[in-house]
Amino acid sequence: MSSANTIVIAVQDLAKSYGKVVAVDGISFEVHEGEIFGMVGPNGAGKTTTIECIEGLRNPDQGGIRVLGMEPKHSKYRLQKRIGVQLQESALPDRIKVWEAMDLFASIYSLSADWHPLLEKLGLAEKIKATYSKLSGGQKQRLFIALALINDPEVVFLDELTTGLDPHARRAIWDLVLGIRDQGKTVVLTTHFMEEAERLCNRVAIVDQGRIVALDTPENLIRSLGPEFRVTFRVTGPFEQNAFKKIQGVSRIEQKDDRVTIHGKGDRLLSGVVNTLEKGGVGFRDLRTEHPTLEDVFLILTGKKIRD
Amino acid sequence: MAGTQIKTLWKMTWVETKLFLREPMAAFFTLAFPLMVLFLFGGIYGNEPNEMFGGRGTVDMLVPAYMGMIIGTVGLMFVTINMATYREKGILRRFKTTPLRPVIILLDTVLVNFAMTLVGTGLLIVAAILAFDLRFDGHVFPFLLAFILASLSFFSLGFVIASLAPTSRVSQVIGMVLFYPMLFLSGASIPLQIMPGSIQKIADFLPLTYVVKLLQGAWFGEPAGEHLFEILILTGLLVVCTVISALTFRWE
Ligand SMILES: Nc1ncnc2c1ncn2[C@@H]1O[C@H](COP(=O)(O)OP(=O)(O)O)[C@@H](O)[C@H]1O
Ligand SMILES: [Mg+2]
Repeated sequence: MSSANTIVIAVQDLAKSYGKVVAVDGISFEVHEGEIFGMVGPNGAGKTTTIECIEGLRNPDQGGIRVLGMEPKHSKYRLQKRIGVQLQESALPDRIKVWEAMDLFASIYSLSADWHPLLEKLGLAEKIKATYSKLSGGQKQRLFIALALINDPEVVFLDELTTGLDPHARRAIWDLVLGIRDQGKTVVLTTHFMEEAERLCNRVAIVDQGRIVALDTPENLIRSLGPEFRVTFRVTGPFEQNAFKKIQGVSRIEQKDDRVTIHGKGDRLLSGVVNTLEKGGVGFRDLRTEHPTLEDVFLILTGKKIRD
Repeated sequence: MAGTQIKTLWKMTWVETKLFLREPMAAFFTLAFPLMVLFLFGGIYGNEPNEMFGGRGTVDMLVPAYMGMIIGTVGLMFVTINMATYREKGILRRFKTTPLRPVIILLDTVLVNFAMTLVGTGLLIVAAILAFDLRFDGHVFPFLLAFILASLSFFSLGFVIASLAPTSRVSQVIGMVLFYPMLFLSGASIPLQIMPGSIQKIADFLPLTYVVKLLQGAWFGEPAGEHLFEILILTGLLVVCTVISALTFRWE
């Protein structure tokens, strides 16, 4: 994203506490038009508090927020007409039908446009007469996306969109989110799945304990770790490290039970490992290379795993 | 602007009415249960003129009392549960992300519950006319005013409970704890005239007693002057509860 892009959201020095709990501790960032901006971090990092301050649902203790040129605190209703929101925690009445919810929300925004194509696109067309409580987790999430898109918003906020969904449903939702961006809308999302952030986001803010510890494109964040990658395999018999230490590019070898991980860099690393295995007659299976991911970035920046 | 808000209000009210009717408990207690007690007690006592009720029949006496029962049920059970669960489940929060004004949600809740109270009452009246020759000695307009006052005052009480209770479960319990004694001790199901004096004294402290007295008075065509005290109590309840619930309204 070049800085020539229009800034849609500007957050400056945002802070908010709940009693003694400091939820957000001085966060600043900007979101550009047409990008998918992600906030990733463990539970309790302050993602929801931040996103809901931007949406005008919570009042910050301190800091400036501008969204589409408006201050959420002072222009709540004007702003909410132009944004779409999917909350981390919310629900619809158990017995409401999909079409009734769509109809009601269309009326809240006083829309005249037909919302049927939207349901169609989200794969909910056959569920139009289904009751909310009978929908699967993925279908409920798609309905919430539909409600967040019903007013054709310029900015869409998605908070923990895929939490609790199975991998298949999660992938289907990812495609929908990419589709939203492709329509030219700006998307702000939060997640604690690093893979999700890596797949979807143009830029990612890594949030920990109420602060942004890193902000960049996923590629740059990963590249900041250096060119190291690892080759990992399981051995079926005894394993002797010495021959492997001599391979060009190897920096470190780890072994845990039958799982061996060789860290290093360079084009020769993989072929060197495979040749050495073959030459030494070492029985192995399940060999693969692993490149660093956002998960590793998080681990190195914060010293902890994202899911604890 | 105001026009679109009103359109939204109607749409909300319509959807919420359907939701109310899809809730078997709610539909049963507002629509069916009053008819069941009517046929039970009407069947036992009939509607012959009775000395104890000033020459009116038992059913003439019971029908306005049962209206109090419906109002109490709707106000203390359904308004309360509805508001509290909408808040607890995050349904109100979902609306808070839209340009919908909170007043629309409050109005819609009042309208739906009032409409259901009216329908329950209408069924009761029609059934009592057909089965027991129910007599109406009052005037439609003053009676409607009394009915609206009684309903609104109890709905506002329901809002207060929903606002003050920490969880929807607690609000449901508070609603029931208030409702059940009132149901039996305020004349809404069993005429106070056949109750011992001590119960009648307790009844003086129960707001539902004033609903029943006011509705019976209006049904019998007694002048409003004779019921100023009931009107005062219920108006006071309405004002106090409205102020409290306006001050304590929470989206979440
Ligand atoms: N409404 C609230 N009242 C009190 N504490 C809260 C509230 N919302 C969040 N918190 C606390 O603030 C911190 C940040 O929470 P949250 O913004 O929800 O983080 P995340 O979305 O990253 O999981 C947590 O410690 C959480 O317990
Ligand atoms: Mg969160």
